[in-house]
Amino acid sequence: MEPLVQVEGLRVIARKDGGEAPIVKDVGFSIPKGEVLALIGESGSGKTTIALALLGYARRGCRIAGGSIRIGGTRVLELTPGQLYELRGRKVSYIAQSAAAAFNPMKTIMDQVIEGALIHGTSTRAEAEAKAVDLFAALALPDPEGIGSRYPHQVSGGQLQRLMAAMALITDPELVVLDEPTTALDVTTQIEVLRAFKKVVRERGATAVYVSHDLAVVAQMADRILVLSDGEMRETGATAQILARPRHPYTRSLLAAAAPQVRGEGEPRGDAPLLEIRGLVAGYGRPDASGMPAARVLDNVDLAIARGSTLGVIGESGSGKTTLARVVAGLVPAARGTVLFDGKPLPTNLKERTREQFRRIQIVFQNADTVLNPAHSVERILARPLAFYHGVRGEEARKRIARLLDLVKLPAALAARRPAELSGGQKQRVNLARALAAEPDLVLCDEVTSALDTIVGAAVLDLLAELRRELGVSLMFISHDISTVRAVCDQVMVLYSGCKVDAGSRKALASPPFHPYADLLIASVPELRTGWLDGLPARLAVESPPPGAEKPARGLCTFLDRCPVRIAGVCDREPPPRRDLGGGKEILCHHTRAELEALQTA
Amino acid sequence: MSAIPVGLVRSGWRTATSLPIAGRVGLLFVVFWLAVAIFGPSIAPHDVGAVVSPDAFAPLTAAYPLGTDYLGRDMLSRILHAARFTVGLALVAALAASATGTTLALIAATAGGWIDEVMSRLMDAFISIPSKMLALVMVAAFGSSAGLLILTAALSYTPGAYRIARSLAVNVKTLEYVQAARARGERLAYVAGMEILPNMVNPMLADFGLRFVFVVLLLSGMSFLGLGVQPPDADLGSLVRENIGGLFEGAPAVVTPAIAIATLTVSVNLLIDAISGRATRVVEN
Amino acid sequence: MADKALAARLILNRLGVGVLTLLVVSAIIFTITSLLPGDAAEEALGQSATPETVAALRAQYGLDKPGPVRYANWLGGLVTGNLGQSFTASMPVSDLIATRLPKSLLLAAVTAVVSVPLALAIGILAAMGRGGALDRALSLATLSMVAVPEFLVATIAVLVFAVKLRWLPALSNAVDIKDAGQFFRTYAMPVLTLCFVVIAQMARMTRAAVLDQLSASYVEMAVLKGAKPARVALRHALPNAIGPIANAVALSLSYLLGGVVIVETIFNYPGIASLMVDAVTNRDMPVVQACAMVFCFAYLLLVLVADLVAILSNPRLRHR
Repeated sequence: MEPLVQVEGLRVIARKDGGEAPIVKDVGFSIPKGEVLALIGESGSGKTTIALALLGYARRGCRIAGGSIRIGGTRVLELTPGQLYELRGRKVSYIAQSAAAAFNPMKTIMDQVIEGALIHGTSTRAEAEAKAVDLFAALALPDPEGIGSRYPHQVSGGQLQRLMAAMALITDPELVVLDEPTTALDVTTQIEVLRAFKKVVRERGATAVYVSHDLAVVAQMADRILVLSDGEMRETGATAQILARPRHPYTRSLLAAAAPQVRGEGEPRGDAPLLEIRGLVAGYGRPDASGMPAARVLDNVDLAIARGSTLGVIGESGSGKTTLARVVAGLVPAARGTVLFDGKPLPTNLKERTREQFRRIQIVFQNADTVLNPAHSVERILARPLAFYHGVRGEEARKRIARLLDLVKLPAALAARRPAELSGGQKQRVNLARALAAEPDLVLCDEVTSALDTIVGAAVLDLLAELRRELGVSLMFISHDISTVRAVCDQVMVLYSGCKVDAGSRKALASPPFHPYADLLIASVPELRTGWLDGLPARLAVESPPPGAEKPARGLCTFLDRCPVRIAGVCDREPPPRRDLGGGKEILCHHTRAELEALQTA
Repeated sequence: MSAIPVGLVRSGWRTATSLPIAGRVGLLFVVFWLAVAIFGPSIAPHDVGAVVSPDAFAPLTAAYPLGTDYLGRDMLSRILHAARFTVGLALVAALAASATGTTLALIAATAGGWIDEVMSRLMDAFISIPSKMLALVMVAAFGSSAGLLILTAALSYTPGAYRIARSLAVNVKTLEYVQAARARGERLAYVAGMEILPNMVNPMLADFGLRFVFVVLLLSGMSFLGLGVQPPDADLGSLVRENIGGLFEGAPAVVTPAIAIATLTVSVNLLIDAISGRATRVVEN
Repeated sequence: MADKALAARLILNRLGVGVLTLLVVSAIIFTITSLLPGDAAEEALGQSATPETVAALRAQYGLDKPGPVRYANWLGGLVTGNLGQSFTASMPVSDLIATRLPKSLLLAAVTAVVSVPLALAIGILAAMGRGGALDRALSLATLSMVAVPEFLVATIAVLVFAVKLRWLPALSNAVDIKDAGQFFRTYAMPVLTLCFVVIAQMARMTRAAVLDQLSASYVEMAVLKGAKPARVALRHALPNAIGPIANAVALSLSYLLGGVVIVETIFNYPGIASLMVDAVTNRDMPVVQACAMVFCFAYLLLVLVADLVAILSNPRLRHR
């Protein structure tokens, strides 16, 4: 049987700075009908470009320069523009990475979902609407009858992503292209979306191309994997085989980076904690009469970091983890609560801090592209803290800068460059070097690897662990990725909607009992084996409420509306107590230890 | 130290030769008018006030390449003298507007709070007064001396520069390198001057060019109404005004000063567009 | 929260801001016109000014009261329609304005009716044909046109149409208009002059607004669904561009508030702008103050309407 999709010698060229450079070099693959092929690679690997080429589309500044693509009986690259309009959305459909950006904010969801059917005339409006409702139900969306009349901003991210799948399937295409569809979602939302996609793809026997950088996700969704880097094919094979016996060194490094190992146990020194926070309340917006901010982001948070140890703060979007780092850095004032640094009170207002206090706490931000001033050279960027904190200038400063660059494993020649000439990983290392130039006691790492490719990020984590050993700095490591946090940190804390719901040592958080949210979080992280998704229990969590819905009343458990094990009559009436579960672990829940163990070790 | 001007000249040349045709034409005319503003009066063939011809409103001839005006004076010489007023006054006013607007915007953006609120509301109110209206009201109250014209033009266009500068500053302020500077403990003045300002310079230079064009149009419009540069001084707008009687005879004296203004303003526009267009094109790829 | 309440609150908020701005503007205008010591009474009496007569006239005009009181009186007068007495014409200012304002409004209205459809069409077509020859030619043309002084356009128009071709009269005497033909002949050149820059400005801003939407992700999604360019532009991009386009129209029309000053002068058109210019030349302060307020009010009204259109067209603000 001839494969449904046959690609040979595909070449795509991009216009850059007055010249042209190939971004996809001689790529070829075939997909039999009913199979799912994954395109795996990091940024710049060309995977999205290849996916778009399957629709005969190239983004501005790119053009398809050669090769052949055959889908069904159609030779895509030989189509006229008029024939391309008929191909797109009818024979081949596309599911974009960010549903929030892909939906037109001015039109209702139903209008956009059935638009493809109307453009291509595959069904009447009434038929299309009925089919859409069926698809909504098949994708496990709440209120399938009514959700179509809403606008995109009234629906949550995970639901929008599933609606995009409905939009892609409305014309019964031969090939579906999924372009990183869950990358922009929180990991706890990702599960429902992945399950819905897989079910619907299987039911229809659809042929699909799944683009991603996440091997664990791809392991659940794809039958075959094609590994790409720099626009070239590195390896291809069945999913199980690639995961178990990768042959190409690039594939091996991808797999190694995807499963971070534990790096270095810290030796906490001294009795008095370096940083201690009690009862912190903070937020944004104009403060009301009692001094409370209009939007409360952190509510009654406690934590302690011992000298030389690492505290990991895990949370998803809206958890308040970034605000926590900013409060400690002094960028956001605390409305209530105390912050003690080295036993002395630490003002959370910038104006009240001393230079010494600024020096001893340094913050390292996430987005490598905007973290260094593009107008300054690397040397100038590193010289500033040396001059500002230590009064070091001139020859001595140059020596120290060279030492700093060496510390973060960057060549000394980089000092003369500007940030625009550095890669993402290099920028983040300069970012670290700048923080270390101050010789701090505490470094706040705010999602420092989240914006980097997995391999590059893993290298930065290795560096952090080594620096910790050599310099003995304490770290507050903030992330949404629980596997990274477990690998790097001695102590771990889980934040949900501004509350600390679970905390304990790394060992304590390796086995139940957990807070129900922590349980959901841990269970939602895909494992690097096929069949993990299918083996999950039927209901992990209640469907998250749409944006703009009423939050639970202040004081009650913030996880109330999503908790699968909530106790009616108790959880919705009284605030949850803080329980010490022994072994350094504490959670915020009405359930007792025994109850949670029973529920979670089923 | 001598490396600096050489480097500037080299990068300036590189910029100039990489511009598209429209930009190069614009650059040519801008340089031309700057030269006229500086050297014009020295190379004028006749004295600015000398009545040289018995024919008023003469057509273009070899003796008088731009014709004669309503009194029989050589238009070429008149224009060469008037250009200095037009370009000079506008440059000073535009510089004042851009500099003031940028400084106030930086203060407002970094200080925040009520300083920002009050200043922005005040600037919003000034923007709500159409620039010609504000100029007319100022002239009604204070007259039309050169200093006052500069002040009026600067006052009219500072709020626009403020608005753009503030929006740029606020955007830059949210970027993480500025946050990192604040978390280092840097003072507001350092953050404004060293971190934010260098990343605003390019768009603000383009805005300066725009301010210049607006001011030229405003001041020459005012002179055309008789409320701008007063006799015996004349800028290009005044020249149009004094020769308006020749309109019905089809005299070139009416139109040539106006065309002169147009070449100046259009060329600045073309130049700015080419330079900022190039910048965005580089960023896109 | 109910759908209507959110939009209503935003609208009321916007109105409040507008009124506040108008108040601050009035304070600015009043302050500027009252700063110089030489005052209206001396102006009015001219040669026959003696200290006694000046004092008497001052008392009659209410000029002997302190600043804030005079401001309050003037403001009160503005609101009730009593705009004071003109120094030069010895008429109530409100009468002067009442005869001249409708003429200017007519000129502005005709210009708007001609320019808005034309400019929107040019802007949208240029955006749809982005990067092509037509787009580049239009961009160059509009970029140049916005920098041209109005009196150049006016003088060239007169030279071409009135002097050389003799199709139109050089001065528009907008006194007795008996038929459509005369209307056309009277208004053609002033409207043409005003339209020249307004169309260029509006077309540029419209093109930018539509281009902004055309590079959004949802447009790429529509293209990948197989939508043809016309459908993408008209059904997807344009609805999202309504707010920015309304803004473009308002800001471009506000340019008229300045341009009409030159046009009314050069064509001898008896509108409120030429009234203002005469008043400035004669230092007739009450007229200057009142005319300035009329223009500022017009500007704020334009901007307010644009904001309201943007608010009402955005589903995010209509539905929670």
